[in-house]
Amino acid sequence: MPKPVLSLHKLDAHYGDFQALFGVDMDIAAGEVVAIIGANGAGKTTLLRSIAGLLKNQAAQVTYQGDAIGALRADLVAHKGIALVPEGRQLFPSLSVEENLQIGAHTGRAGPWSLDKVYGLFPILKERKDQASTTLSGGQQQMVAIGRALMANPDVILFDEISLGLAPVIIKSIYDVLPNIVGDGMTALIVEQDISKALSVSSRVYCLQEGRVSLTGATNTISRDDITRAYFGVGA
Amino acid sequence: MDWISAIVQGTLLGGLYALFAAGLSLIFGVMRLVNIAHGDLIVLAAYMGLSTTVMLGIHPFVALLIVAPAMAGIGYVLQRGILNRTLGDDILPPLLVTFGLSVILQNALLEAYSADPQKMNAGVIETASVPVGGLTLGVLPLLTFAIAVAVIAGLQFIFYRTSLGRAFRATSDNSDIAQLMGLNKAHVFGMAMALALAVTAIAGILLGVRTSFDPSVGGARLIFGFEAVIIGGLGNLWGTLAGGVILGVAQTLGAKIDPGWQLLAGHIAFLVVLAVRPQGLFPRVAH
Repeated sequence: MPKPVLSLHKLDAHYGDFQALFGVDMDIAAGEVVAIIGANGAGKTTLLRSIAGLLKNQAAQVTYQGDAIGALRADLVAHKGIALVPEGRQLFPSLSVEENLQIGAHTGRAGPWSLDKVYGLFPILKERKDQASTTLSGGQQQMVAIGRALMANPDVILFDEISLGLAPVIIKSIYDVLPNIVGDGMTALIVEQDISKALSVSSRVYCLQEGRVSLTGATNTISRDDITRAYFGVGA
Repeated sequence: MDWISAIVQGTLLGGLYALFAAGLSLIFGVMRLVNIAHGDLIVLAAYMGLSTTVMLGIHPFVALLIVAPAMAGIGYVLQRGILNRTLGDDILPPLLVTFGLSVILQNALLEAYSADPQKMNAGVIETASVPVGGLTLGVLPLLTFAIAVAVIAGLQFIFYRTSLGRAFRATSDNSDIAQLMGLNKAHVFGMAMALALAVTAIAGILLGVRTSFDPSVGGARLIFGFEAVIIGGLGNLWGTLAGGVILGVAQTLGAKIDPGWQLLAGHIAFLVVLAVRPQGLFPRVAH
């Protein structure tokens, strides 16, 4: 494996007194699309929040392009080129659709993504650009959330449960455009409960179970049975 | 005709109250911070204006070029140095800290300037008047109202048309997600306080030109500001202007009936609005 762009080293993440992750190790190479699966409460969201800086850890527990970023504030992590599409979309209700996208570009990082390119990816957003973001459907809101993250021109993009609460046909349309996003070398971590969707777009998978990595490997070499065992912790 | 005159005078006075209130409204809107020291900061700005005009021999309005940036700087440092540390899920710490700040400011001003009432001299503009349709209106109140409208239009523009305003709104909506966009919350809040205190500088100078002031008058300015914000509805700057006007008109009408009723009439108007429409007359449309 080439030199990883993003690594976790024995990451123990805590929510107050509650420990959500236990010694998680992870190496992500540049350009990889990695799925992180696991049941509710397995620590998937905690993992992404730790990387994005919303959860403080020891500096050396998260390294990115050789820098220890585990203790860095979220806005500084964003400036370094890591973007998170948060669970539940979390658009800014006081901002219009276009303003939600514009604020994504606040870091001023150069790269291929611009307002026009996001509108090219999701043409419906251009028609709705002046509406309040809360007036959109769930699927359209998810498009804004993804577009907002892309506007930062990140090197690494983290997707947290992008299919949550959406109709299957919408989920399909969003996953259909994912290859266009990660196609030009962007590194992506995809957290999903919908395992088949996650596996369909990723080359490697980590399965979390109760805060620990229970399985990892290339997507095409792991059997469904392995995943079931790692996911639920039964059998073996 | 006297009554019409009272209403017009009250409307113009409302412009000054709207300026007291605008900073308060902005601070609350962006960071949910209730600034008890706001009135004393207005008085601080008036004293800074006084010192600047006396030392440099310039007109109070020109002094604004120095006082407004100075107050903005004080606001930024105050927010990042002290107030940011008080913000959290609990609303009590910012209240207590700004209350303490209010006490400190009053006593520091008392120490520096004594309790003697002071006033800024703005020259002929103070007594100049223009006849308007049978009424005689003071140039200074007219100017004050025009400045209030311009300030609120300016704040509205910053809020809804600039990237700084976008950052204010986003951070106010959800500061965690705003951090993910690369916005430093501490800096955004610092900028909001800087802007609010720049407006406070304008309010303080206009106050100090209009009436005499001493270190103890901040509390009443805070109350007028609060009342204007609540009457107008939280989070709506034009509503704040309307709130200021209603308060001003109530006061001048009260004073018309009996000079002793001026303040009471204003407070009654406020209480009536609070009882009948607790959300204010023009609350921000819920999203």
